Amino acid sequence: MIEVHNIQKSFNGNPVLKGITCTFETGKCNLLLGGSGTGKSVLLQCIVGLMKPDLGSITFDGLVFTNNKVDIKQEIRRKIGMLFQGGALFDSMTVYENTEFPLKMLTPEMSKEERRDRVEFCLKRVGLENAGTKMPSEISGGMKKRVGIARAIAPNCTYLFCDEPNSGLDPATSIKIDELIYEITHEYGITTVVITHDMNSVVEIGDHIIYLHKGQKLWDGNKDEILNTTVPELKEFIFSSSLVRAAKKVDEETEGGLAAATSDEAYNI
Amino acid sequence: MVKTFGEFLIFMQSMLVRKERLGTLWQRTLDEAILIGIDSVFIVAIVSAFIGAVTCVQIAYNLVNPLIPKSTIGFMVREMTILELAPTITSIVLAGKVGSSIAGGLGTMRITEQVDALEVMGINSASYLVLPKIVAAMLMFPLLVVLAMVLSITGGYLAGTLSGAMSAQEYVEGIRTDFVPYNIVFALIKSVVFAFLVSAISSYKGYYTKGGALEVGAASTGAVTNSIIAILLADYVLAAVLL
Repeated sequence: MIEVHNIQKSFNGNPVLKGITCTFETGKCNLLLGGSGTGKSVLLQCIVGLMKPDLGSITFDGLVFTNNKVDIKQEIRRKIGMLFQGGALFDSMTVYENTEFPLKMLTPEMSKEERRDRVEFCLKRVGLENAGTKMPSEISGGMKKRVGIARAIAPNCTYLFCDEPNSGLDPATSIKIDELIYEITHEYGITTVVITHDMNSVVEIGDHIIYLHKGQKLWDGNKDEILNTTVPELKEFIFSSSLVRAAKKVDEETEGGLAAATSDEAYNI
Repeated sequence: MVKTFGEFLIFMQSMLVRKERLGTLWQRTLDEAILIGIDSVFIVAIVSAFIGAVTCVQIAYNLVNPLIPKSTIGFMVREMTILELAPTITSIVLAGKVGSSIAGGLGTMRITEQVDALEVMGINSASYLVLPKIVAAMLMFPLLVVLAMVLSITGGYLAGTLSGAMSAQEYVEGIRTDFVPYNIVFALIKSVVFAFLVSAISSYKGYYTKGGALEVGAASTGAVTNSIIAILLADYVLAAVLL
């Protein structure tokens, strides 16, 4: 479990995170939802240690990450896997070498054969068993994301962070990536945090959703509860999606649950 | 200016904490040595051979006094090559080739989040990416400078003898006259200092690139410009201190 307590962060006096407190649960897909510029990426960077928060604390299964000794930070970091928005694959390495890299660096005690088995397993798990010899420049955006996932899970990570895994992908590939993240989370019981503003992801994989707005946590719940929200900002965010609007229209015609969920007169589509 | 220098010092210091295993760093250093050293042999060879040739021809053109022996041409080519042309010009050429490559490579890694990926894995990216480049440059620059010395003096020999400005015997006599071995040491010290400056400044510029492709280009340009200025400043300081 990852616990975030009163995280604050400003840039040149402009507050971006205004005291966020939330929990990311173990074995679940935790979604950080929000529009552009709401502080999702900054919060994620603070959690993984790429940015130092001005105030607040972050703990990973009881181990304090912020302002702790370098050794403890390193211990936590070595349990973190991260899928970056663009994949962040190393250009000079093949798909196989990219996946093998964290094993080489983080588990030097592993033999070459063990590493090979693990890499082959991870590549097979993401459906890329035949792409090991390809360079990152030779594969598609969706494949890059899958290699990113394989690289993240290769060292048996406990925490998986995904920064907008669907960005730049077509809807079908997006769904496949979402499914893969969801399956891996539940298969290995890891704590997954996904940044997204994609409503498809919310309804597909949102075990636990945290909605950020202007640097503050406005709401948290699960995918079944989100459509019943009474938070105006979240409603506006959800129903800005054409697909959700269309679904609502169908639901209204059939008097289904979605219509009931969105019947608040205060919300004007 | 002071802030930038302070950041540069902190950057240098960050390479030396949380270092990766020696085996990994050594392998990375060898890879970088190939990129910095072996891949630069051609350009260094061309530049140094022609500089030696041109120096010889121009000295011969200016030395018209019959009282001055022609072997002086060889002597002057040797002195200029060892003291200045080989270490400084080679380093300036390498600042253009290696410096821009280091800054561009690191800048691209930064903007495509590859540096962040290393940090998230718990790897000290400065130590893993930059330290091998600096060590490799400090190992390879002196070798390239020695190569430049040999080829420059050879270039002078070929230009001088083929143009009929002097005989081979006169040139070799000039090369061997009043040879001071310390000058070689001085040139090698210069090359190590220049190697550190080029690789460290270029790495700093690339590592802290922010933005997109345009900024990567700007980082490369800044790396080359600052490296050349640093080389010229260090050249003066070293000459004043060590000669």
